[in-house]
Amino acid sequence: MIAVRGHAKPATHKRRRDVAPLLLVPVVVLIALPLVGSVSSWVTLTVAGLAMGMIIFIIASGLTLVFGLMDVLNFGHGAFISIGAYAAAAFAPWVAASLHADSLALNLAALLSLIAVAMVVTGALGYAFERIIVMPVYGQHLKQILVTIGGVIVAEQLIIAVYGPVQIALPLPTAFRGSLVFGDIAVERYRLIAVAVGLVIFAAMELTLNRTKIGLLIRAGVENGEMVQALGYHIRRLFVGVFMVGSALAGLGGVMWGFYREALTPGMGMDVMVLVFIVVVIGGLGSVGGCFIGALLVAVTANYAGFLAPKLALISNILLMAVILLWRSRGLYPVAKR
Amino acid sequence: MSERAPLLSLAGVNTHIGPYHILQGVDLEVPRGALTMLLGRNGAGKTTTLRTIMGLWHASAGRVRFDGADITAWATADIAQAGIAYVPENMGIFSDLTVRENLLLAARSGPIDETRLRWIFSLFPALERFWLLAAGALSGGQKQMLSIARAIIEPRKLFLIDEPTKGLAPAIIANMIAAFRELKKHDTTILVVEQNFLFAKSLGDTVAVMDNGRVVHTGAMMELAEDHALQHRLLGLSLDQHQ
Repeated sequence: MIAVRGHAKPATHKRRRDVAPLLLVPVVVLIALPLVGSVSSWVTLTVAGLAMGMIIFIIASGLTLVFGLMDVLNFGHGAFISIGAYAAAAFAPWVAASLHADSLALNLAALLSLIAVAMVVTGALGYAFERIIVMPVYGQHLKQILVTIGGVIVAEQLIIAVYGPVQIALPLPTAFRGSLVFGDIAVERYRLIAVAVGLVIFAAMELTLNRTKIGLLIRAGVENGEMVQALGYHIRRLFVGVFMVGSALAGLGGVMWGFYREALTPGMGMDVMVLVFIVVVIGGLGSVGGCFIGALLVAVTANYAGFLAPKLALISNILLMAVILLWRSRGLYPVAKR
Repeated sequence: MSERAPLLSLAGVNTHIGPYHILQGVDLEVPRGALTMLLGRNGAGKTTTLRTIMGLWHASAGRVRFDGADITAWATADIAQAGIAYVPENMGIFSDLTVRENLLLAARSGPIDETRLRWIFSLFPALERFWLLAAGALSGGQKQMLSIARAIIEPRKLFLIDEPTKGLAPAIIANMIAAFRELKKHDTTILVVEQNFLFAKSLGDTVAVMDNGRVVHTGAMMELAEDHALQHRLLGLSLDQHQ
């Protein structure tokens, strides 16, 4: 934890919190209630939207930090989503007994072990990806786009070579199947798990970024990497660490997304990347808080639009991004840049 | 290492930025315990000299020695860890971080020392008042105070400060002069790039004047301040015209 030795004087002037973006999700959710009409449908749509939003946040949070801190356009992020999901599927037979036992504790333990495997595999691959593919093209955006897209294509083809082009099943653990019923309202259990995991990741990132020195370094590096070096910190080491964490989070998101759909396809990572990029832009490049709000906003809006006007759902996210950028051209919580 | 040897020396330093040959053989010595002013017209290469010392741009030829070590090819972070604090021309403040967080980051060795913090608050009282305010919300003068406070939050061997009075009101400049005088009492070695001649004359012990990427004059600050012909020849203007 960061501290001042001794007792610091209380301040008379404090930082003001920009609360307007925080109100967006509650406002959209409340506006949707009369439009949807049925409370049970509204609750189902909202919980599904929040669950999907949390998974998108987990994936996008790593990308926004890599974008903001390293100024790297990593189109290869989608590869880590797929690889994370397939790594979990590959390890699943080893914990099949726990995964399908009639015990919530065993199911949770199995899920956590699959998540751990996915994060270790994608974190390690992230290290190699940064060292071999990204490092030679720092500061060269066009080359970054080309080589990272190339990385995704290679990853997808490797997955196809091992598992074939067809989708494979990733069944939910026994205790997470089905719904919890409250009167007329049914809420799928796994969606609640997804919301809980998303909240834990968000809290952990907020604590790390705001209460630790490494978090301070990341926030400062997003704003002015050169000055961080001039203060005596090796920013390249920070880059590697953040890239590994970002890749591991994509892997975690891949596992959560795989269980959400109960099926994996080699292209699942790239399929979700359009949403992820929209979230990163809406939130403000490099902003984890903006990314969190953006992900929830994108997901609940898509769900409501899909229910109320299915044709509109195809463009709802683009419309949402346009509206947000008209309001705040650099996203909800823009990070100051040098 | 002899105590009389300069703390920092540049010998024949050349720096290229892209196709441009900015520093063309800079020779400079910064004596220990003195405040050295680096003067010169716009585009003379003063800022490039500081950035080259910090390793932000690497010298294409020549040597930079600091406290006995050849730091020419060192990484910026290693140069800072060797004991050089740097305040860039644009101040390099982290706008999204609070005043407190900016200072915490600069305190590499651990928690901020309370006694040193009190001393800094005595130099720059505004920083105590705005302790938890985002640094981006500070005025220009307060940001400059924060950038200097960040450099001195822990003892360092050498301070490189690029145009500390740039764009500041006269009252704030007077405050800066007082702060630098206080700093000088602590046997500090400082290299300041400056355009404000009153500020330079008030504080400088030694001076180096640059022109076209070279150091064209070195000596005592007082000698330059009193020699109007020399001022005119080196800087094109008399110091008195800027007071």
